[in-house]
Amino acid sequence: MRIVVDFDLCESNAVCMGIAPEIFEVRDDDFLYVLDENPPESMRAKMEESVQRCPKQAISIAED
Amino acid sequence: MTTTTVIVGASLAGINAARTLRLQGQLGPIVVVDADPERPYDRPPLSKQILTGEWEPEKILLPAGKEDLNLDFRLGTRAKALDLSSRQIILEGPTGAAETSSFDSLVIASGASARRLPDTAGIAGVHVVRTLADSLALRAELDAGPSRVVVIGAGFIGAEVASSCRKRDLDVTLVEALPLPLERVIGAEMGQVCAQVHIENGVDLRLGTGVLQIETSSVDGVERVRAVALSDGTVVEAEVVVVGIGVTVNTQWLEGSGIALDDGVVCDNTLLAAPSIVAAGDIARYPSERFGRVLRVEHWETAIAGGEAAARRLLAEASGETPAVFDPIPWFWSDQYDRKIQLAGRPMPTDECRIVHGTTAEFRFVALYGDGDRLTGVLGMNRPRHVVQLRALFDEGVTFSEACERAAAL
Ligand SMILES: Cc1cc2nc3c(=O)[nH]c(=O)nc-3n(C[C@H](O)[C@H](O)[C@H](O)COP(=O)(O)OP(=O)(O)OC[C@H]3O[C@@H](n4cnc5c(N)ncnc54)[C@H](O)[C@@H]3O)c2cc1C
Ligand code: SF4
Repeated sequence: MRIVVDFDLCESNAVCMGIAPEIFEVRDDDFLYVLDENPPESMRAKMEESVQRCPKQAISIAED
Repeated sequence: MTTTTVIVGASLAGINAARTLRLQGQLGPIVVVDADPERPYDRPPLSKQILTGEWEPEKILLPAGKEDLNLDFRLGTRAKALDLSSRQIILEGPTGAAETSSFDSLVIASGASARRLPDTAGIAGVHVVRTLADSLALRAELDAGPSRVVVIGAGFIGAEVASSCRKRDLDVTLVEALPLPLERVIGAEMGQVCAQVHIENGVDLRLGTGVLQIETSSVDGVERVRAVALSDGTVVEAEVVVVGIGVTVNTQWLEGSGIALDDGVVCDNTLLAAPSIVAAGDIARYPSERFGRVLRVEHWETAIAGGEAAARRLLAEASGETPAVFDPIPWFWSDQYDRKIQLAGRPMPTDECRIVHGTTAEFRFVALYGDGDRLTGVLGMNRPRHVVQLRALFDEGVTFSEACERAAAL
């Protein structure tokens, strides 16, 4: 699975970081950084939760 | 035997309950009823991107509403009454015809409606913002470039409407009955900061002032707002008025049904309101052990979490599992001008408020709230990372002073 963030939509509210800080990090410059674009399968539930809880619908999971 | 579930309300709580039921294996019919004829959509952009014109309605459709979950949607259909003994709901369809719908389990997710000022029904130019239709109607009037917009109520919705109007370069007067905006939610000190944000952004802010009356004039036979008379004796001319004075819960259809109501649907700590009947979202009132009182939370994230939890509650009841307690840490955001305000927790306005990061002068800071040694809230202005990280402290059970130390070290 590959994590895709639409940075035109992302507003850096860090909700995803609250769910999975191993993958998502909002830094002091107020931008979101995806720390691991290909998270292990064991992270799937957290990735799906991040997709659902992103208020901007900015996160999607690509299967490739 | 398959279970039929009826969900009243196809908004955030209802649609997430439906999704969770389906994904967790419910095979029977899931009927989703909503009085609004629109496909399920997200409300936060209604006072933000929809109003400014940045986004079109297509962009705010709820993702779960677009998934193929085999839901039986009855849009444009209103629940009128609940009959607990026969386990039926009386519905009124789009044509006004009465129907009934039987259920084995029920999710109450009919949310809330915007409160209106008394005696203003039918006056052109007076708006509320709760539905997509509301937001588009207001937007059409803003497109026409009114000379002044008066926003009544400086709560979150009023503040966001004021902000969206300023983004369109419209003149705005924001009227608030309390001495400071949001005082009852975030206390006087932070209310003062929010007041300053409005002023810095060119809003004519009138605090501690009520509305006496909406003055109208007749234009081509249509009664239209002309001005707003305030309790301080001033009269503000306005072509458009937006009323943001809170909500009333949509419990009319439950009155007399036997479901316990008290400014919302009274639930236990698992969101159960009666056997096989759960409630979620803005309408649900539940006891929170974490905050030591009964809460009804009007936040986006709580509506999602509540919808999911309510669905799981029904599934637990069916399978005989021990149900999970619903007691999340409330969290919401509000976008006003170029500031993002976020609050985690549920402080009382009288709680101690300590700034632990940044300064209010630069409108970029974090403040913590404490009641004695108990952490009750984390407020951030343009500090999302800190709010998210500090929110975790609620679950770590740290004291208020410890939380302040941890925050300073972030
Ligand atoms: C303009 C606006 C901006 C917001 N911004 C934010 C924000 O920035 N951050 C944040 O955290 N929260 C925000 N919120 C709050 C958030 O949107 C709500 O908490 C959330 O919508 C609650 O979802 P719900 O499903 O419980 O209820 P609702 O969204 O109120 O949905 C209830 C549904 O039930 C339907 N219904 C009602 N009565 C009946 C009936 N008798 N029969 C059939 N259907 C019925 C209604 O048509 C509606 O679709 C905002 C809300 C609004 C209105
Ligand atoms: S939750 Fe969404 S909007 Fe917020 S930081 Fe993550 S991707 Fe961006």
